[in-house]
Amino acid sequence: MNGTGTRARSGLLNLLPLAALVCFLWWAPANLDGYKLRVINLIAINAILGLSLNLIYGMAGMFSLGHAGFMAIGAYVSALLILTPEQKVTMWILEPIAPWLLNLHTPFIVSLVLAGLAAAFVGWLIALPVLRLGGDYLGIATLGFAEIIRILIVNLTPLTNGSLGLKGIPAHTDLWMSYGCFLVILVFVARLMGGNFGNVLRAVRDDEVAARTMGIDTFRVRTLAFTLGCFGAGIGGALMGNLITTIDPKMFMITQTYNLLMIVVVGGLGSITGSVIGSVLVTTMLEWLRFVENPITLGSLHIPGIPGMRMVLFSVLLIAIIIFRREGIMGTREFSWNWFFPPKNAPRALPDEGGRGR
Amino acid sequence: MNLNMFVQHFINALGLGSLYGLIAIGYTMVYGILRLINFAHGDIFMLGAYFVFFATIQFKLPWEFGVSLAIAGATLCGLLVDRIAYRPLRSAPRISALISAIGVSFFLENLAIVMFTGMPRAVLQPPWLMKPILVGDVRLIPLGLMVPTISFVLVSGLLWIVYRTRPGLAMRSISHDIETTRLMGVSVDRIIALTFALGSALAALAGIMWALRYPRVEPFMGIFPGFKAFIAAVFGGIGSIPGAMVGGLALGFVEIMSVAFFPNLSGYKDAFAFVLLIVILLIRPTGLMGEKMEEKI
Repeated sequence: MNGTGTRARSGLLNLLPLAALVCFLWWAPANLDGYKLRVINLIAINAILGLSLNLIYGMAGMFSLGHAGFMAIGAYVSALLILTPEQKVTMWILEPIAPWLLNLHTPFIVSLVLAGLAAAFVGWLIALPVLRLGGDYLGIATLGFAEIIRILIVNLTPLTNGSLGLKGIPAHTDLWMSYGCFLVILVFVARLMGGNFGNVLRAVRDDEVAARTMGIDTFRVRTLAFTLGCFGAGIGGALMGNLITTIDPKMFMITQTYNLLMIVVVGGLGSITGSVIGSVLVTTMLEWLRFVENPITLGSLHIPGIPGMRMVLFSVLLIAIIIFRREGIMGTREFSWNWFFPPKNAPRALPDEGGRGR
Repeated sequence: MNLNMFVQHFINALGLGSLYGLIAIGYTMVYGILRLINFAHGDIFMLGAYFVFFATIQFKLPWEFGVSLAIAGATLCGLLVDRIAYRPLRSAPRISALISAIGVSFFLENLAIVMFTGMPRAVLQPPWLMKPILVGDVRLIPLGLMVPTISFVLVSGLLWIVYRTRPGLAMRSISHDIETTRLMGVSVDRIIALTFALGSALAALAGIMWALRYPRVEPFMGIFPGFKAFIAAVFGGIGSIPGAMVGGLALGFVEIMSVAFFPNLSGYKDAFAFVLLIVILLIRPTGLMGEKMEEKI
């Protein structure tokens, strides 16, 4: 819709924040403490996870509550591939590790890609039966699958070390890695949604029957979007495992999916920009709110910390947003340089219609 | 496995199944009327258990009184949840209400951690409920017999309300067409509140009996029974009260019997329900007793 001139200018302008980000990533490791670095890493990882959930839910309109399960697959596949045989032997104490798995060892990048592919494959398998369901049934079925994945991980001890989890995963996730993956996925999703596939996806989301009448194979489109989203979840899970260096099945409970849902809802369902903003806000807020759980001393006044308070405030916020500002921060809009430099000769953009008819 | 063992497992399954059924009724009634999966329902169940714990152990109230207070408290919570988190979203897209429900569930669980701490606490089992009776070689605990009996009586009472009284008629009417019912002069919001109250009271009672069977309470105790009860409701046919009870019993039997006959599968116990859910959704999405729902275009 934009002229070639505006597009070239946008491309140039995109280099500005990119350069700023690179400078920041170069500056940060030497000047910030480990805790802050971990939060900054988490922002990128949560943005990947939020984007992939938004692709499934916001853009393709499939209410999925299974993201934690696909993250778990990614995290486990990656961890199992990069742990050394010596580490594996000492870690499996309940039952010996499966022999074929013991000597399996790949570089981190390979394990990362395989983690995404494994999650995507399982997502594709699940999509075949489940995507025939609609609305909230889909949500509860995907939640069921995520829970089944988790229970399998707890019980398949020779493969996963059961409920003990995996420890000592090499900390491969650094700022360059997490932001690199984030940028790749961001550009991919933005290109995808800007192209024909994006239009098809929106058509399927807004009115499936109409889309089918137009000759769109809705089931195939939804399967593809779901599988791509699961790929993102697998990548995000693998990066998270390599950031925290320990994983266990408890990490991938439904709470994890709720946090991602929060990111997507706060940012705006269906908005790429929104998911990124949502990730920054939710991740920093989740960390910042920890102060209510720590004891506070103001002069002589001593307020004991209240465990659980963080999540109480957080859930109140989720409810408040959904009641008072359902479309989140961005709605379905996207960031564009045209906000700052309105293109000449171009017709004014139509006023945003607000909520969606879903 | 001998006959005695089987009878023992049978009674256990009956007890667990009727508890699932009692919780499932709340899901099925709310879904039947609002098409909303009330994620917070399992947490109302948890609150019921906590209230009775506090009434009887912390405040040393007599049992009958404590149970009544707990039911009243949990019912009030159910009403508040509807009023604050669901009613403003009646005309919003259904998924919004669902996200709100997830938020409420999250809120209640963490509120429980804040107020009652995350530590599991032991519940006092009244001795007269636990004194075993020997029938032949089978040891029966009064509680084990009481749970299915109470459930059966309550469900009969509920069916009477829904099918024989005017508010019940209004409920059934709303589940068919909410707007037309409103035009008929029915105070829709009040009837929906009544539905939440009934469902929450049953969930609270189920929570209390659950806490007596497995004598402890903790903030997250409602999550799994809640999911399973929802699955029971889908299995029985969402919207149908007898269906919820049948689904609950079926789930109870699947869980207890599969572990009884295949002890090495006990680690997968919690997965059975989800497998059952996915199978039923694929084969017969309307469940055993559900009405066919037309996709409105």
